[in-house]
Amino acid sequence: MSAQPLHFVSPAQFRGRVSEALADDGLRDNFRSAMNFLRDKRASQFPDPVETEALRDLGEAVRKHALAHLPALLEKLEANLQARGVEVHWADTPDEACALIHRIATEAGAQRVIKGKSMVSEEVELNHYLEARGIDCLESDMGEYIVQLAGERPSHIVMPAIHKTKQDIARLFEQKIPGAGYTEDVDALIHTGRQVLRERFMQADIGISGVNFAIAETGTLWLVENEGNGRLSTTVPDIHIAMMGIEKVVDTLEHALPLASLLPRSATGQAATTYFNLITGPRRPGDQDGPRRMHLVLLDNGRSQAYADAQLRATLQCIRCGACMNHCPVYARVGGHAYGTTYPGPIGQILSPHLLGLEASRDLPTASSLCGACAEVCPVRIPIPSLLMRLRTEANRAPGARTAQPLAGQGASFSLGQKLVWRFWSGIYARTGPYRLLRWAATRLRRWAPRRQMGWTQHRTPLVPAARSLHDLMKARRMAVSDRDVKKM
Amino acid sequence: MSARDRILARLRAAEPGAPVAVPDVAGYYARRSRLTATELLSQLCARLRASRADVKVAAPDAWASVAAEALQQRGVRRLALGSCARAVTLAAALPDTIETVRFDGAIEGWKRALFETVDAGFTPASAGIAATGALLLNHGGALPRTLSLVPPVSLVCVDVHDLYDDLHHAASVQRWADDMPTNRVLVSSPSRTADIQQTLAYGAHGPRELIVVVIADGETA
Amino acid sequence: MHAARPPRPDQVYLFGTCLIDLFVPEAGLDAVRLLEREGLTVHYPQAQSCCGQPAWTSGNPDEARRVAAAQIALFDQPWPIVVPSGSCAGMMRHHWPALFDDEPALQARARDVAGRVHELAGFLVEVLAVDYSGAGGEPVTVGLHTSCSARREMGTRVHGVQLLSALPGVTLDTHASESECCGFGGVFSLKHADISGAIVRDKVASLSAVCERFVTADCGCMLNITHAAEHQGRPLRGEHIATFLRRRLEGEA
Ligand code: SF4
Repeated sequence: MSAQPLHFVSPAQFRGRVSEALADDGLRDNFRSAMNFLRDKRASQFPDPVETEALRDLGEAVRKHALAHLPALLEKLEANLQARGVEVHWADTPDEACALIHRIATEAGAQRVIKGKSMVSEEVELNHYLEARGIDCLESDMGEYIVQLAGERPSHIVMPAIHKTKQDIARLFEQKIPGAGYTEDVDALIHTGRQVLRERFMQADIGISGVNFAIAETGTLWLVENEGNGRLSTTVPDIHIAMMGIEKVVDTLEHALPLASLLPRSATGQAATTYFNLITGPRRPGDQDGPRRMHLVLLDNGRSQAYADAQLRATLQCIRCGACMNHCPVYARVGGHAYGTTYPGPIGQILSPHLLGLEASRDLPTASSLCGACAEVCPVRIPIPSLLMRLRTEANRAPGARTAQPLAGQGASFSLGQKLVWRFWSGIYARTGPYRLLRWAATRLRRWAPRRQMGWTQHRTPLVPAARSLHDLMKARRMAVSDRDVKKM
Repeated sequence: MSARDRILARLRAAEPGAPVAVPDVAGYYARRSRLTATELLSQLCARLRASRADVKVAAPDAWASVAAEALQQRGVRRLALGSCARAVTLAAALPDTIETVRFDGAIEGWKRALFETVDAGFTPASAGIAATGALLLNHGGALPRTLSLVPPVSLVCVDVHDLYDDLHHAASVQRWADDMPTNRVLVSSPSRTADIQQTLAYGAHGPRELIVVVIADGETA
Repeated sequence: MHAARPPRPDQVYLFGTCLIDLFVPEAGLDAVRLLEREGLTVHYPQAQSCCGQPAWTSGNPDEARRVAAAQIALFDQPWPIVVPSGSCAGMMRHHWPALFDDEPALQARARDVAGRVHELAGFLVEVLAVDYSGAGGEPVTVGLHTSCSARREMGTRVHGVQLLSALPGVTLDTHASESECCGFGGVFSLKHADISGAIVRDKVASLSAVCERFVTADCGCMLNITHAAEHQGRPLRGEHIATFLRRRLEGEA
């Protein structure tokens, strides 16, 4: 049922998908109206700028503190989870994570897996892996379910089916769900999904979920959701497997509180989601329900590369609210699928190079005007534009150049030609003589300005230099002034 | 080397960053102004109602009958409840048309019955959070998690003396971190989704309806 | 951004920026006139060129450093440095010091220079507290576009609104998604021409819906929007805020 794995994204594919997306007016309208909706909702949750900035400061401080103590906090989390009877597993790569989960499933003789929303499971392509090995894997978040039914991937980290209209979904349900007729009534569509999935919750052997915050102090996993599918996935099946990136830990329950306030407000413009689901271990003696066994899979998959560098580490502050993509002019135009990565939009552009290497993601850091809308709304103040510039620098660096912490795929965008162009440029602009010559040539030869100026003239008329540069005008003016002064004497 | 050791070793080898202070979360929340008892109640009710909960305020000796009436209005025939004192009071107030269902033993024995035959579940809340309009359910032990999750109607009661300004206020007064039950849940509405074209729909996977009874004494009611 | 109003200087430097120098020189000249109108002497170091932003944002910090270093040497008097472009002013004020993290001596100079950098509109409002109530000209409706980095780093939108709304006869019309990027982004408009083109198309449309002429304090955005409008055959044209102000003050339409 799942789509082709999209792990390796060649630059050509990115550009191809971008042109396709830009040519699709319907798609662009869907995104535009969804983005406007989410922006307005978020704004309504942050009416007071002073309060907003204070809370963002706190959110940033919490995440920075957690990252500063990351290895110790992970060990503390692990110890407290184990004390509650949770089995903790560590995976370096997507394959390792999938293999771990497959082993848990086989040992339990499990056939049916129901999934709450988990972007990490998307990242490792878990459905694909398990289904190839005969284990049935069903998404239960409505958006994820729709996307899985369509054989696609999520186009947004919070609203997976944001690219689809209700008509698209009505047709999809009619085709794929036995007995479902065509209806554009959203309540009826949701009801259909609910009926199908309720049966599957009852039958599932394993529930898989993501984690929003992991609290080291208490060994608690905090899940944020609206639908109740997350609670069902982590409550009804006999085994619960949670998956998270190693960066998701915070020290104390108290530290998670400002994040729990920032996340829903930034993501969907809700003061709180329907459920905050704080899970501390599997069923205990005396409990009547809840999973009997519980596992946590901690995934690295390139995160430790971002961590290694003091600047790039800020990437890991992310709480996956999606506000950056909701406010991104590029995302609003090309949509989530064009990126070809699990995490689209600005967060995807700064995170994917660590997950996939700069070679595979080399077009992502440059696909931004650096307008800064993302950083302005990011609840934990990740300086996304600065990180994009840094990744551009690393992609431009000569492949063999020594650095303290080389990134995978360093130099992926290096070209000697381009390097020379920039050397030449700086040689002109850093020296008076050559720049004077450039001004002279540009203004005198303006009529011969090229009609085609790389990407510029695809959508704009050509640039033509002025007849006289500001330097010339100022010089002439000064001479006129001193002439006047001389005459006055 | 195991994946665990490799990952931890890489993290420990990372470039040191600028020194980071311990975040002053308590200080941030302490600077916020506190609500009066009346404001707590009115804000909680307003927030919950805005999220489509049916909120009633009732006196201590009347809450159970108010709750029973709300269930009856919805045509509830089978109500699942735990074994706490509130559940006993409620059960006594139910009309004959509503049958109570008490689950004993592990869920494996009653999963299908719960999914297919129960119309409503009752769970007393341990706190109400005014800032977000949320109710705290401490699941575990005699209060199974599925009670507030699987039946289509969820009935929750909360004592007016257990209302707090925000999560931080509740968590620090009630000392949550000292003793975490298996499953602490905060509920703020019937289950909902906006996954289809940003259109809000209720009853996604959990309850379609949320009935809240705030038990308040004379002055606050 | 400025806590207390800095003392009113009588001499300033003008940093004209590379785009204004070659493509919109009259905007630079108008900036000089506006400053002189307030009784200031304007110094224009002839050795200036560019703030280094194109290299910096495209991931070529060495080249940015080289160009910035050449500029830093030009402002040895303690006068304010006025820049008629928000994004360049932001580059100089906020990013120049960081360019020299490994060169303490240069960094100290960069800090000193950066601390004196002002965007033109901000300087007119915050430091000179200009009074434009005597301006004239035909009644006109204009749009305002603010460069994203200028708005975020220099508060340029607020200053632009303040200046324009103080002009008699000028109506400022805000367009839909005013705060959204125009799609320029320097090398972005070359490397991802199609995305950039899609963004500027929307910007042209939303500006065109409210005005035929818009004012901006940033020449990159202005050239981007104006040349895109021209490409589409739309009448929308941009004007640098310095030119617009100067014309109104001289009573032109
Ligand atoms: S980068 Fe910031 S805005 Fe984007 S998803 Fe992460 S936390 Fe949200």
